[in-house]
Amino acid sequence: MNPREIHTLLKERFGEAVRDWTEPEVGDSSLDLDSGSLHDVCVLLRDDSALRFDFLRLVSAVDRTDRIECVYHLWSYELAHSAALRVELDRSDPRVASLSDVWPTAEWHEREAYDMMGVVFENHPHLHRILLPEDWEGYPLRKDYVAPREYNGLTNE
Amino acid sequence: MSEANVTETAPPASRRDSLRTEEMLLNMGPQHPSTHGVLRLVVRTDGEMVRESWPQIGFLHRCFEKIAESLPYAQALPYADRMDYLGSVNNGLAFCLGVEKLGAIEVSERAAHLRVIAAELNRIASHLIAFGTYALDLGAFTPFIYGFREREMAVSILEKLSGGRLLYHYPRIGGVANDLTPEIASDIRAFLVQMRKVWPEYNALLSDNQIFVKRTANVGVVTREQAIAWGFTGPCLRASGVRFDLRKDQPYSLYERFAFDVPIGEGTKGTTGDCWDRYWVRMVEILESCRIVEQALDGIPEGPVLTKVPRVLKLPKGEVYVPCENPRGELGFYIVSDGDPKALRIKSRGPSFCNLSIVNEICRDVLLADVVAILGSIDIVLGEVDR
Amino acid sequence: MDDIILQFHTSAVAVLWPLLSKVPTWITYAVAYSVGGCVVLGWIALMAIVGTYGERRIAGFIQVRYGPNRVGPQGIFQPLADGIKLLCKEDTVPNVANRALFFVAPVLVLLGAMIPFAVLPFSERIVLTNMELALYYVLAFQAIEVIGILMAGWGPGSKWSLYGGMRLAAQMLSYEIPLGLCALVIILLSGSLNLGEIARWQAGPFLGMEHPWIFGWAVFRSPAALIAFFMFYVGGLAATKRAPFDLPEAESELVAGYHTEYAGIRFAFFFMAEYAAMYVVCAMSAILFLGGWHGPIPRPETAEGFEFMKTWSDLIQAGAPGAATFVDRCTLFVSSLWSVVSSNDGIRLIAREAIGAANVVGKSFFLYFVMIWARWTFPRIRIDQVMHLCLKVLLPIGLGCVIWAAVQVVLFPH
Repeated sequence: MNPREIHTLLKERFGEAVRDWTEPEVGDSSLDLDSGSLHDVCVLLRDDSALRFDFLRLVSAVDRTDRIECVYHLWSYELAHSAALRVELDRSDPRVASLSDVWPTAEWHEREAYDMMGVVFENHPHLHRILLPEDWEGYPLRKDYVAPREYNGLTNE
Repeated sequence: MSEANVTETAPPASRRDSLRTEEMLLNMGPQHPSTHGVLRLVVRTDGEMVRESWPQIGFLHRCFEKIAESLPYAQALPYADRMDYLGSVNNGLAFCLGVEKLGAIEVSERAAHLRVIAAELNRIASHLIAFGTYALDLGAFTPFIYGFREREMAVSILEKLSGGRLLYHYPRIGGVANDLTPEIASDIRAFLVQMRKVWPEYNALLSDNQIFVKRTANVGVVTREQAIAWGFTGPCLRASGVRFDLRKDQPYSLYERFAFDVPIGEGTKGTTGDCWDRYWVRMVEILESCRIVEQALDGIPEGPVLTKVPRVLKLPKGEVYVPCENPRGELGFYIVSDGDPKALRIKSRGPSFCNLSIVNEICRDVLLADVVAILGSIDIVLGEVDR
Repeated sequence: MDDIILQFHTSAVAVLWPLLSKVPTWITYAVAYSVGGCVVLGWIALMAIVGTYGERRIAGFIQVRYGPNRVGPQGIFQPLADGIKLLCKEDTVPNVANRALFFVAPVLVLLGAMIPFAVLPFSERIVLTNMELALYYVLAFQAIEVIGILMAGWGPGSKWSLYGGMRLAAQMLSYEIPLGLCALVIILLSGSLNLGEIARWQAGPFLGMEHPWIFGWAVFRSPAALIAFFMFYVGGLAATKRAPFDLPEAESELVAGYHTEYAGIRFAFFFMAEYAAMYVVCAMSAILFLGGWHGPIPRPETAEGFEFMKTWSDLIQAGAPGAATFVDRCTLFVSSLWSVVSSNDGIRLIAREAIGAANVVGKSFFLYFVMIWARWTFPRIRIDQVMHLCLKVLLPIGLGCVIWAAVQVVLFPH
């Protein structure tokens, strides 16, 4: 199935939770979703016999300065098709449901997104920083992040 | 077998009450000989049995994604090379493919062939290190040196091709850095002959060694379902019985033109998806890579090797994700551009990072020595786990 | 050695230096044993030197590289340079260490490795103590090393050391059993615990041959002994924690096992102990199973050996009367040397002992070489497999061998 067909199928099932289709000028297309419906959509994507997305490639958080986006790239080994999901989150308090119960591999990807972009994944079993130390302040990949001058007595001057 | 071990080694419940034993928290790493860099594994052990193992990563974090956002694409490319320092060409290739797809930059056929040759030579070199270090993890020193002997030839060829010995910066946006000379071509052919000659020697030394088989077969079994769910890719995924290779299933850089097989784990010595299968898939891939290099060398057309790309490369507004088969699995860059010379966001999907996340799932109720065997068979590169 | 000292004291030397005859025998004994002890200590040090150098050169050969070749000709002084380096290194002690255990452990380990040398014969007469219970003594005192390594495991307060110590204790104590069973096979067949007696038994008549040369070795006298030889050797590998049984110091799992926290000369002690223990296992295998000082070089005291050499030189001379080639000339030289040796009792004694020592040391070194060869070829096995091999494979086979040997002794007394 191509992304357009997947969009139609999801639109039938979830209605308004799935935004309208926009054809990108260049590059990949994505399915824009309401952040609240993400988990339900993903369960369907995984279990539906016409979709069978069994592999979550990556979870990326993108800081668009006015909002934070979470992008999920999916692949189906069985049906050999791919899809990308996108949810937009409030930049002051980015929250979205964790997908680690749908695809276990999401666990580390989400920890990384939390670590770097500060996205809080609800119902995540172990939401801690992954690459940075536990006592690090701030989320380095946000556009307004200022690198600290000092960390635990170590300075970078 | 690992399950059998648990029942054999764990004391029966009645004795557990009368005999007081303590569990011990053990720090494997970051300075440990077999964590392949600076991985720290916190393991909870009960005698020789490992009950839980938590990988702690980030010791080699070099802010690739942050740096890549603050540099023009061409300047961010060498940083991509440095992520997985054993599969440098493949990393650079993945980055270039992403940028080229978004910027609709054409690459000449000759350049695409050269990319395939360099990437496959690099894959062989990387698998040879995987072979050597895995033997080292299991206590056999000699295969390590043997692996390095052949790797040296591959590295010398790549040095002649690119000038570097570890980090090549060979694929460039729009092509490759240097052209092939007849001398390099004959070197490559000599290497292929040598590689095919010593390959059975490796098997006699390690693959079929009874001790090696006993240490790896039926150890660290990852089922097909587990492998897919935990995002295993590359040789690890194929070892679990999934015949999926991005070079075949989502071909890039003219891979569709070359004939090669995709080996999968068949449980030859034990169960499908055990450590031996993961090791064996890599060994067979060495030969398949030789085949690809040979075909690319035979079929290479004349032509330019580098397309002219504007000095200040501005990609159109949009986003792209191009996956690419790295020696360790699926490596892809998710590039988001808003029309500036610099990317809005570059997110890398590293195979080692994803493959490592399964460790706590399979390093449970195994022997301490098995943790080393499992970790080695996943073949991680910490440079790319931490980025 | 006692009889040599006594001879030395009373006869030849007393004639040369009449003063010496006034000296009471115990002083001669004390001096002789001190000298002998020093020689053995020197031999242990030499074993460590030859062991490290040989190991690294052989490893280099196996791994298509050079190995140490810079210090002295072909790098033969490398072990000395290493020794000096280890002596000069800072002697670090971890803060949390139990200092008493930490300091005593390396000494005990080295002591445990040295003790067997007191009864280990190099030839028929070249042995410090000709003890009746020598075999029992060697097997019994191996346990000292276990205690030392347990101390080394606990003493430094490192978890890796503890793992190494526990693994080693489990491994060494388990492998004592098959080792003992293999020794028991030889004890049953030869009827003695004395290493000299065991070697002499292997030179005795066998299958109608008065002087069976190498065919008199224990491994040829009984299938049980042949199996026991391989088991003894494998068990010896495990007891000396050599690859593929080097789990106690498995560097890829336990960093360095029980000697993780040791540096400098204390580390060198462990190192020397390992090589000394290796030599003991090899020498014991050679003496118990491979005829000791009998064969493959025939000793002149046996008529057969003499005849063998004589026939050989005769044949060469008959084949090449002109003695044209270098090999022929060498053969002529050896055979003429032989006739001198066989003509004089004193020279004959020395030659006999020298050849005996060459036999024992040569066979030991060959087995030593095989140990090194194995180390650089095989991966390491796992702790449960080590135990499985010992308790479920070697032990039943060992028991079978003992029963076979017992039956054989009863049915075929000679």
